[in-house]
Amino acid sequence: MDLYEYQAKQLFGKHGLPITAGDVCSDVDTAVAIAESINGPVVVKAQVKVGGRGKAGGVKLAKDPAETREVADAILGMDIKGHTVHKVLVAHAADIAEEYYVSFLLDRANRSFLAMASVEGGVEIEEVAVNNPDALAKIRVDALEGVTPEKAREIAKAAKFDEAIQGQVADILVKLWNVMVAEDATLVEVNPLVLTPTGEVLALDGKVTIDDNASYRQPDHSGFDDSAVDDIETRAKAMDLNYVKLHGDVGIIGNGAGLVMSTLDVVAYAGEEFGGIKPANFLDIGGGASAEVMANGLDIVLNDPEVQAVFVNIFGGITACDAVANGILQAVDQLGERVTKPIVARIDGNNAVEGRAILNKANHKFIELVDTMDAAARRVAELAAARKGA
Amino acid sequence: MAIWLNEDSKILVQGMTGSEGTKHTRLMVASGANVVAGVTPGKAGADVDGIPVFNDVASAMAATGANVSVVFVPPKFAKAAVEEAVDAKMPLCVVITEGIPVHDTAQFFQYAVNVGTTRIIGPNCPGIISPGVSNAGIIPSDITKPGRIGLVSKSGTLTYQMMYELRDFGFSTCVGIGGDPIIGTTHIDALEAFQNDPETDAIVMIGEIGGDAEERAAAYIKDHVTKPVVGYVAGFTAPEGKTMGHAGAIVSGSSGTAAAKAEALEAAGVKVGRTPSAAAELMRQILS
Repeated sequence: MDLYEYQAKQLFGKHGLPITAGDVCSDVDTAVAIAESINGPVVVKAQVKVGGRGKAGGVKLAKDPAETREVADAILGMDIKGHTVHKVLVAHAADIAEEYYVSFLLDRANRSFLAMASVEGGVEIEEVAVNNPDALAKIRVDALEGVTPEKAREIAKAAKFDEAIQGQVADILVKLWNVMVAEDATLVEVNPLVLTPTGEVLALDGKVTIDDNASYRQPDHSGFDDSAVDDIETRAKAMDLNYVKLHGDVGIIGNGAGLVMSTLDVVAYAGEEFGGIKPANFLDIGGGASAEVMANGLDIVLNDPEVQAVFVNIFGGITACDAVANGILQAVDQLGERVTKPIVARIDGNNAVEGRAILNKANHKFIELVDTMDAAARRVAELAAARKGA
Repeated sequence: MAIWLNEDSKILVQGMTGSEGTKHTRLMVASGANVVAGVTPGKAGADVDGIPVFNDVASAMAATGANVSVVFVPPKFAKAAVEEAVDAKMPLCVVITEGIPVHDTAQFFQYAVNVGTTRIIGPNCPGIISPGVSNAGIIPSDITKPGRIGLVSKSGTLTYQMMYELRDFGFSTCVGIGGDPIIGTTHIDALEAFQNDPETDAIVMIGEIGGDAEERAAAYIKDHVTKPVVGYVAGFTAPEGKTMGHAGAIVSGSSGTAAAKAEALEAAGVKVGRTPSAAAELMRQILS
């Protein structure tokens, strides 16, 4: 999960990184109150999980509480690349002499971690990497050794930080690595890290991605959950379903993440023939494909107003297809009158013949069985297009 | 021969007395795999259908000669379990467990590299099967028969789908390497092994969005693989920045997209199918 800037800074503060004074709020009056308590110039920053906030007008300076009111009023509720601004961070506006960049991230290719640092911060680091690669130091971090003070010095030196501040930067790097490990993060980034005219080094903006697999040992992270996400996604999450909302017409249910991704593709290809029919969601009910999870999944997908038809694509591995077929029937039974859209099923693999026989025998008016994945995708796209046109 | 798993494989199941461990032990045995031991701390002396359970990996290996470990322990205890197998110098450790924090995986992978005697497959993978010979993990044994195609894939059910599509040809070995951001065995490791395996004539490689493993595999194929390779990549329609089930399957910006991966593979001479069936059809043409 990607965190908002203010959440990232909460974690930075928790681990002793130097940050500017400030707080987050969702209304103008509180923004003014925060500015009053800071008692100096502030920066008001839109809290959205998308890049390019500054260019979109989502980051503005205010010299006093009166100006803070004006600026916060303009930014709250603003739309930035499809993300509505519900919260702003009001922080002390530090004087800036220099801007730097530091981060740690998961290095999938080398199956370890990577430190990146540059004295050219404040801009998109991807641009530095392309236009001036020598200015971006990349140092491997061993997962077992971590970032010791010596390692941190090595990184600061490689990035050509001024010797006078290498100690401060190294200290920050050690603390930033602590955030990475203690918070189970896969990315921690400070951009910019700034030097003030008085020689202080501060983390001005931050980005943190935390590992959802570690939630069992990070109880504090549950508060980071985004309440503003798509409604259906929230409901799906409450049912423990692995669901992602997309924008399309065919609801997708499958078992196994790879097969579901593949199903989305196959439906989109088939949909090209029918005026651009697209998949409406990703939903993986797990390798096991149990009846209960199938029922929850169908409930979620059928209730999506964008969905015109549903494609259930199951490859029975360990789970036998007769059990899957019974699960589908139980699910539509439970849902009763709420099943109003066609469901195209393709079941293959373990006991497929028995599974198909069960569905054929049930002869449910909304369930249609198709033999292959490609043919089923074509059929469901056709049905969705017909309903959409009607 | 097959790769990594053959008639000499003696399997140990870590977490054998748990519900998943017991269920899949029985399935492995039913498929003809030689399962010789189980490990559950504190349960020495117990057995599952007559297969003895030991307290630790080292004593299980000493008593039974086990040379493959399959890990079913829950995410919380997975790191300790894998490190124990590494300490015991287990040659092959197949980690089925899903949901292990990536810092734990990074650490046990580095630990295995430092010790240098254990190959890890996974985590979050279905395992490895050499049809008709041996089976370490949860891949159903009745989908296909022994044959001369090698298969490597990040995804479990796509592995099964592809085995099913080409069931009349059969496979030497199918390896599910797992969908996590850090995995012990990569596409490249499997490609190298299949290239060197006299019982494999052609290779199917299944990839998905996220990372650049497929691009690096493409570069490897270009330089080192002379056997025909057919590819399939899932996730062409995945939206940017969303995790699709597998923690590793996240697309950021242009890198990691299915299109970029398919393009890199095609440039390396790999025939890429748009759907699993289309990829299987390309393999049929090569083999007939």
